[in-house]
Amino acid sequence: MSSVMDEQSGMFNVQQTIGSVLCCKCGVQMPPNHANMCVNCLRSEVDITEGLQKSIQIFYCPECTCYLQPPKTWIKAQWESKELLTFCIKRLKNLNKVKLKNAEFVWTEPHSKRIKVKLTVQAEVLNGAVLEQSYLVEFTVRDNLCESCSRFQANPDQWVASVQLRQHVSHRRTFFYLEQLILRHDAASRAIRIQQVDQGIDFFFGNKSHANAFVEFLRKVVPIEYRQDQQLVSHDVKSSLYNYKYTYSVKICPVCREDLVCLPSKVASGLGNLGPLVVCTKVSDNITLLDPRTLRCAFLDARQYWRSGFRSALTSRQLVKYFVFDVESPVVEATVGGQIYALSYVQIARESDIGKMFYVQTHLGHILKPGDQALGYDIYGANVNDNEMEKYRLSVKNGLPEAILIKKCYDEQRERKKKKSRNFKLKKLPIEMDDSRGRLDPERMDNEYEEFLRDLEENPELRFNVSMYENTEYEPSETASMTDGEGAPSVPLAELLSDLKISEKEEDDDEEEDDMAE
Amino acid sequence: MATRLQFENNCEVGVFSKLTNAYCLVAIGGSENFYSAFESELADVIPIVKTSIGGTRIIGRLCAGNKNGLLVPHTTTDQELQHLRNSLPDQVVVQRIDERLSALGNCIACNDHVALAHTDLDKETEEIIADVLGVEVFRQTIAGNILVGSYCALSNRGGMVHPHTSVEDLDELSTLLQVPLVAGTVNRGSEVIAAGMTVNDWTSFCGSDTTATELSVIDSIFKLREAQPSSIVDEMRKSLIDTYV
Repeated sequence: MSSVMDEQSGMFNVQQTIGSVLCCKCGVQMPPNHANMCVNCLRSEVDITEGLQKSIQIFYCPECTCYLQPPKTWIKAQWESKELLTFCIKRLKNLNKVKLKNAEFVWTEPHSKRIKVKLTVQAEVLNGAVLEQSYLVEFTVRDNLCESCSRFQANPDQWVASVQLRQHVSHRRTFFYLEQLILRHDAASRAIRIQQVDQGIDFFFGNKSHANAFVEFLRKVVPIEYRQDQQLVSHDVKSSLYNYKYTYSVKICPVCREDLVCLPSKVASGLGNLGPLVVCTKVSDNITLLDPRTLRCAFLDARQYWRSGFRSALTSRQLVKYFVFDVESPVVEATVGGQIYALSYVQIARESDIGKMFYVQTHLGHILKPGDQALGYDIYGANVNDNEMEKYRLSVKNGLPEAILIKKCYDEQRERKKKKSRNFKLKKLPIEMDDSRGRLDPERMDNEYEEFLRDLEENPELRFNVSMYENTEYEPSETASMTDGEGAPSVPLAELLSDLKISEKEEDDDEEEDDMAE
Repeated sequence: MATRLQFENNCEVGVFSKLTNAYCLVAIGGSENFYSAFESELADVIPIVKTSIGGTRIIGRLCAGNKNGLLVPHTTTDQELQHLRNSLPDQVVVQRIDERLSALGNCIACNDHVALAHTDLDKETEEIIADVLGVEVFRQTIAGNILVGSYCALSNRGGMVHPHTSVEDLDELSTLLQVPLVAGTVNRGSEVIAAGMTVNDWTSFCGSDTTATELSVIDSIFKLREAQPSSIVDEMRKSLIDTYV
């Protein structure tokens, strides 16, 4: 007998060794336990798996690899995955009577339609002895198409909700930009079909909530007005279930970037007497209007805009090229909405009629230099079909400004560069073209798209929400960088995303150029 | 030789009977089977007395005794006391003691020479035990349990204790009691030894659930295989002759 003197507490602790007894059934020596039987005898006595389910049927949809959890939920799970194991264990009844210690799959052929799971359970038997036992549960898999797959099989074009997006303008710039936005935010990932129509795009969804989510997304990025309508498709009299088709008619505000707007007097006075001639500089979830004469800015959100619903007087189609001969030093400089503007007087002449010179005010004093080209609205020579403009023209003493410059023109520099390809690429949404109408001219579409890409190059602000991917086929021309002092605007490499799908080159090259300005 | 029996379909025979070298007490059962089992073994050797203590049948756990005497709790009625005094041999002293712990069978484990007592027993009671039973009393615990009378079955040849008793404890108890001890079970793994069986120097009675393994352990530790009642008397005769010479 060994003993340990614990000097600190003064206790005399005797070491206790557990003796051994004979198992009361088979007589083998064993340390004593609660039942005083060896494990084998105990196992033969007691079966803790009695009353537990050993075989069960589960339903599987082969189209979408989902398993049915009654009454209605379908759970997606791969073969022999953790989710499948959790699902199988949940389906077993009575498992709360014993404690589950371990569960694992036993390999079966996938086509045998059987899943075998080995469960190890623990339970208390006789007077306190805890026994552990493992047993096999067999799941019979039956094929059964889930509701959504069967509905899809019956009619693939079936949609429940649709969003009809429209903008009543003559160009499609907004839709190109929206397409990039949607791609960036993955907002149309649940759309069944996307179809392009005249002056708009239709999105079809399988679920009203998906359509609703999409409309909410649109509300955050462009100023819209929408209404929701529904159409009864079928009606179950006995259980009073109604099936509807829902349609959201969404109208985007027709005022776009770089448009010239003549504000109705009520709106102008509501905005603090903003000069009725304003330029729209930015459209996001609200419209930014800039008065080029006073450099004052106003923001209109969707609700405010749709209360008056004014249209633009002149759109970007009507932009005219001007030559800038002289730029005087800026009278006033202001930073409005993050952009620097400088008010100064310039001498300009239209490209088509260089003889006639105009001396006008412009808000682009910060970027224009003599010898530049600029794009602007020719109010002197234009025949504007706008009531507000007429009213204003009659009321004002000195007459309307002869021209309002909107942006600088980089055509010359672009000519010099003679680049065939750009250094970035954009992804596209899977939009179906509506060929039946025949009104769409492919050449015009290409031109518009080219202009949109040029817009992206010139405006870093516009690029903010667009994912641009690196074009590995791009070769920068060496001559361009040496000859021209001011190059045409291009997207800096740092802003481009490395896209492993578009470019099939090695991934290690692309990983170095990962985007940081995202 | 160990016998397996049941009291009214219950295997806890040590609860309903008390067996010593000089007498045997049994409880009053519905049928006579219990009594006849004892009779067939012990008929001519020692008297078998049917009794109750305090109106109950759990006499094995309420009283403690050996060949010298019998201690009964304060709950025993006068009639029962008288009945016991009449039925038992004269050399057996029947004493009723006033003790807070009245289940004396659970508190005291004894043979003819030595006894183990519950640690909380009164000093007075300890003296009475030493006096009436003629034994040396040791206050002990068995495997951490204070109810020594329940977890230990003792005879003059050997003893069996609770199966969870450690080896050191077993050694200690063995030296105190001067008999070989074993840790074992009775009635298919039950740890309450004294409730499941009752034993004296040449025979023992166990519950019918006792497995063959347990029975063999009991037989070996209490040395019941060779023991016959006559051999004890022969031994006594030998010692008598010795003293005569």
